[in-house]
Amino acid sequence: MSAGPARAEPVAPRAGDPQAARGFRRALRATLGRSYPRIIGSNRDKSWLFYDTVLPLLGTVSFVYVYKTFGAPERFLAYVIMGGATTAFWMNVMWSMAAQFYWDKQAGNLELYMVAPCGLLPILLGMSLGGLVATTLRAVVIVAAGSLLFGVSYAGGQIPALLLVFAVAMVALYGLGITFASVFLMWGREAWHMANTFMEPVFLLSGFYFPVRALGFWVGLGASLIPLTLALDAMRRLLFPGAHPALLPLAAEVGILAALAVGFAIAAWVSLRKMEMLARREARLSLRF
Amino acid sequence: MSHAIEIRDLARTYRSKRPPRSGGPATVVALDGVSLDVRPGELFGLLGPNGAGKTTLIKVLVTLLLPSSGSARVAGLDVVADARRVRELITMVSGGETSGYGLLTVREQLWMFAQFYGIPGRRARARIDELLEVVGLGEEGDRRVSALSSGMRQKMNLVRGLVPDPEILFLDEPTVGLDVGAAREIRAYIKRWIGEKPNRTILLTTHYMAEADDLCDRVAIIYKGRIIACDTPAALRRRSARGSRFVLTTDPLDPGARLGDLPGVVGTEMRTADGRSELELQLADDGAISGVVRALSEGDRKIYSLQKLEPSLEDVFVEIVGRRMEEADEPPSG
Ligand SMILES: Nc1ncnc2c1ncn2[C@@H]1O[C@H](COP(=O)(O)OP(=O)(O)O)[C@@H](O)[C@H]1O
Ligand SMILES: [Mg+2]
Repeated sequence: MSAGPARAEPVAPRAGDPQAARGFRRALRATLGRSYPRIIGSNRDKSWLFYDTVLPLLGTVSFVYVYKTFGAPERFLAYVIMGGATTAFWMNVMWSMAAQFYWDKQAGNLELYMVAPCGLLPILLGMSLGGLVATTLRAVVIVAAGSLLFGVSYAGGQIPALLLVFAVAMVALYGLGITFASVFLMWGREAWHMANTFMEPVFLLSGFYFPVRALGFWVGLGASLIPLTLALDAMRRLLFPGAHPALLPLAAEVGILAALAVGFAIAAWVSLRKMEMLARREARLSLRF
Repeated sequence: MSHAIEIRDLARTYRSKRPPRSGGPATVVALDGVSLDVRPGELFGLLGPNGAGKTTLIKVLVTLLLPSSGSARVAGLDVVADARRVRELITMVSGGETSGYGLLTVREQLWMFAQFYGIPGRRARARIDELLEVVGLGEEGDRRVSALSSGMRQKMNLVRGLVPDPEILFLDEPTVGLDVGAAREIRAYIKRWIGEKPNRTILLTTHYMAEADDLCDRVAIIYKGRIIACDTPAALRRRSARGSRFVLTTDPLDPGARLGDLPGVVGTEMRTADGRSELELQLADDGAISGVVRALSEGDRKIYSLQKLEPSLEDVFVEIVGRRMEEADEPPSG
């Protein structure tokens, strides 16, 4: 992940400052340390193979048959498969991150994280990294299995551009994930449930299973606030050059994604600081009460 | 740095979680003007019943809570202005912690926490192995955290606090809920750790009198957010007005024996059974016992045993608060 130095120094760290260098190395270690349980967890408990890949696949299969019935072009099958893979990331960010963070608080981990000198940001980055690695594994399984099952093929050749779009989208997405996780921790489970019910239709609207253009330009642009919308659109046009009706020119889509990445990264940082302030001032996160 | 911990007029209030019906107060005063100094190298105990404010005080010191008023310095650094730097020098371990991830092994979990302190991998692993050996978990390093007994778990948590080699270690009721054996072992490791280097400092909270007495160089008794006494355990006990008490067994005495009239004898209680008399004596000071012994030997009474009854910290607490400590526990909220 393209995260900057994760220390909030009162003075801007100067290059070559040993204190800042030490802080940066510690932040890096902390990030990798926190990602470890998630990555290892996926390997120790194999049940994810079923729950996280077979179930999303079953969900997409129904869309595949709908499209087949209507005689949609072959790339629509690929849309659905890609949408299924993307759903895994959306679930990870909207559901798993917030749930894990809440669980961390209940288990008493959050207090230990706050007492540690690395600060909360590297911890959350580590959580994101762990989620990203584990989810990418699932997404690859879903795409591979789905494509084999329905005999879908893609245009190669555009892999570097594809990876760039994916990387930028992931920074934006996990920035959003960290923001949500800390906001939900501050405002409680109710806010979380509310946002989830609210998000469900939004995410169906954001073109996971069809070109977002189909919604019309303005709705499509609105749905682009969810980083996955434009990421999917850009990746689909790269995989089906000429055939995919994209919402915006590629450069504009990547530009907006980059702006979202910066915006959500700042939002994540601000909401974590705010959360820590509230915790220390109002004992919001205290356990036994 | 003259003090490891320096607390001045510290107060902390919470917004009350109980519904404000019943006209109860809207705020809970958890700390009410606490001032304390802990010296480098000291094992300092904070003794008090449940709800006294022990955890709140620790949380302020480890930068988890802001003071409502007053100030605190840890290792010479202000816990509000220099929170980041304070965190580099301290660790905290609480009793009954369920921290970490059950699916990790003990070693993995400790390694993960070491990373948050920026300890390079190899050094972290070496230290973890060494400390696991010390606390008798050398064999359990590859076991899953979820498979540990509560005693083992608490030893692992203690290791977690020791791996970064903190200057000041905060222990919040480290033996709470453990069986006698495990608690005794934990206390032994604590003593061993602080004895290894002269400038290691520990602030420990407990509601076990014996633990404070056994472990701590100095003890502050805290009650309703205030420090009501602070001294070495021995000095605290001496301070008890019940001061000097002895039990003595001797040949049967007639009920008329006027030991109570001897100089320095404040009170006597006598039980006679099995051909012996057991006397419990309350004296003005320890020295007065010689007069009692002399009077008995002049009366041709053999003395079979003589024992000084040490006042306990419990006595000190009862005297100041007027209740036994268990009776002073705050009822559970909710
Ligand atoms: N987060 C909180 N919200 C409201 N009241 C609290 C909170 N934490 C502690 N208290 C209250 O503050 C007082 C001190 O609690 P605490 O510091 O946990 O005591 P101890 O650790 O000595 O048992 C108690 O009256 C407790 O009910
Ligand atoms: Mg407590």
